[in-house]
Amino acid sequence: MKAKTLKSVAIVVALAAVMMLGACHKKKAPAPPPPPPPAPSPTASISVSPDTIQKGQSATLTWETSNATDVSIDGIGAVQPSGSQSVSPADSITYHLAAKGAGGTQEATARLTVTQPPPPPPPVASGATEEDLFGQNVKDIYFDYDKSNVRPDQQASLQADAQFLTQHAGINFTIEGHCDERGSTEYNLALGDSRASAVKNALAALGISASRIKTISYGKEKPFCMESNEACWQQNRRGHFVYQK
Amino acid sequence: MSYTVSFCLHAYNGSNRMGDRNEKTRRSAIIGGTLLRASIFFLILLSTFLTAAFTSAQDWVRTGSGLGVERVRLAVPDFRPSTNDAQNTALLKTFNDTFWNDLDNSGVVELVSKSFYPLQIPGQPAEVTFGLWNSPPPNAAMLAFGNLGVAAGKLTVQGWLYDVKNTASPQVLGKQYADVATEEAARVIAHKFADEIIFRLGGGIPGIAESRIFFVSDRTGHKEIWAMDYDGSNQRQLTHLASTSLSPRISPDGSRMAFSSLTKSGWEILMFSLDLNRTVNFQRFGGTNLSPAWSPDGTRLALSSSRGGNSEIYVCDANGGNLRRITTSRGPDVSPSWNRKTGAQIAFVSGSTGLPQVYTMEADGTNQQRMTDQGYAVSPNWSPNGQFLTLAWTRKYGPGEPGSSDIYLMDIASKQWVQLTHDGGRNDFPSWSPDGRHIVFQSHRSGKDEIWMMLADGTKLHQVTFTGSNTQPNWSWK
Repeated sequence: MKAKTLKSVAIVVALAAVMMLGACHKKKAPAPPPPPPPAPSPTASISVSPDTIQKGQSATLTWETSNATDVSIDGIGAVQPSGSQSVSPADSITYHLAAKGAGGTQEATARLTVTQPPPPPPPVASGATEEDLFGQNVKDIYFDYDKSNVRPDQQASLQADAQFLTQHAGINFTIEGHCDERGSTEYNLALGDSRASAVKNALAALGISASRIKTISYGKEKPFCMESNEACWQQNRRGHFVYQK
Repeated sequence: MSYTVSFCLHAYNGSNRMGDRNEKTRRSAIIGGTLLRASIFFLILLSTFLTAAFTSAQDWVRTGSGLGVERVRLAVPDFRPSTNDAQNTALLKTFNDTFWNDLDNSGVVELVSKSFYPLQIPGQPAEVTFGLWNSPPPNAAMLAFGNLGVAAGKLTVQGWLYDVKNTASPQVLGKQYADVATEEAARVIAHKFADEIIFRLGGGIPGIAESRIFFVSDRTGHKEIWAMDYDGSNQRQLTHLASTSLSPRISPDGSRMAFSSLTKSGWEILMFSLDLNRTVNFQRFGGTNLSPAWSPDGTRLALSSSRGGNSEIYVCDANGGNLRRITTSRGPDVSPSWNRKTGAQIAFVSGSTGLPQVYTMEADGTNQQRMTDQGYAVSPNWSPNGQFLTLAWTRKYGPGEPGSSDIYLMDIASKQWVQLTHDGGRNDFPSWSPDGRHIVFQSHRSGKDEIWMMLADGTKLHQVTFTGSNTQPNWSWK
């Protein structure tokens, strides 16, 4: 024990002597030329873009220093004098940049705010949520001009609709039959009725109980799109699903 | 071919002999069948020959277009004030405008331009100087004149129709009317007197000046049913349902109006009482129920219903009872219209072969006949004489086809047709006037849907409504 203490003291003394010697030596060395200008102070800046992210997203941290020999950022460690880095913290954080150089130490900070993402849809519980799911999952069925048969490229939508509606057997819904602006009011109302019925029958064939389904025709009375071109007309020729509260 | 001749105004043909006319049509159809698509002008020239060749002298018929037949030249100077009341000026203007307009639109007379009239305008029989009227410049055959005056809030109108070529016994008509001194009364009196003149100069067919037109207007923000006088005046809202109401059809006696409306349970036929001025109870059928149509005796309705899964034509009693299906086609069936003369047939629209086409059938659904051969044909309306359909037809229809929906006239026996409107945008929902001389329809030619009117040969085209979007006109039966 005593020997160890003595040894430590000896090392400290020796180190001190060396340092003092060194210091004395350095101080003396630059004497001849005119005293150098005092070392310029380091400069430092740091920014983060964007300054607000959602948890899980990343932001870019960019910093720039000059006249610094030792640059570090809290939480990241020693870094190059200038640079950028992608960061993705879990919580809000203040990045603290310290630039040490001969002329002193300069500090800069940048604040990155991390927001929590919107809560994921809670597990199926309330009717409103089923309505949301209905809106997200049930796809409208589109028709050809003057036709009320479900065309082949709509079968995928129909199958997906049937699958969802099978999984959510408590949902009742309305199928609205719509037509484009061309043609006559009365005939389009009858045609819209045929379209709504066609979708209903197709779903019934896929096992959806017809008692859950109401149909209504709007003909060309309630268009989704008001322009007179084929893209718009196609939007208006559809069987549109509406959740029944 | 002579259907273009006989479609309208059997002016002096007192007995309405259907059989003769059909025979005539058949014979001429054989002769003229290859000339179907010739211009109307040519048809009419040809028809003049055919008429001369095949019709006996007493079977004189007017052409609807008036081509080749001189219409009576009628001079109608403004009526004169008979009192000094302050109201006279306004009521005279209403009366004179309405009276002139009725006669001008009637299609049975040729009005002599007012610029040809002498300076001295008669207000009384004693003031008529025959020589000033029966020779050029006016060269009128008939003169309608009279006076109007307000006294103590009461409006009195005296009117005469003179045959000015017959100076010995000129009076054809002398009438006196009295009512309260209002604009409305002045208009009604003008209509009544105009109808008297049209009745006498138009071959004994009652005029239409007091008829009404029912239509759909969105000017309140919702499609509601409105009514107006035939000349567009006196527009008034009937329904206040704040939903979407369509396809008004007035009953033959004018007391009830059937229409289709989007209710909480879907499209249903509703009934509006003109006597009670409100909707009255009517049977709900379920499904999509559209386009009601009255039988000419007012005891039955035809309509389109999808209550059985597919849109078909049904017939029920006027109270909605005893509903029965009469079509069974695959596609949508809609827009029925009864034969207005016999009540024995129904015209309708069916999509059973693809694009909608017009068909006729017996009122029990048998003997279906396809009337249109191509394109997109809708909105048939059966003429009062039972002989013609007017319909909206886009003969060239489909992608790349610049066809427009125009109003056509079709002879039912021969299926020959004449196009009545040309290049005027989308035209739809033609409806016959009670006298069979006029057709009212909806047209987009002004840039928005409005109600227009023309003679049944396509002439005298004029716009009737101007406010909001106005569609689906339906002319009263009398």
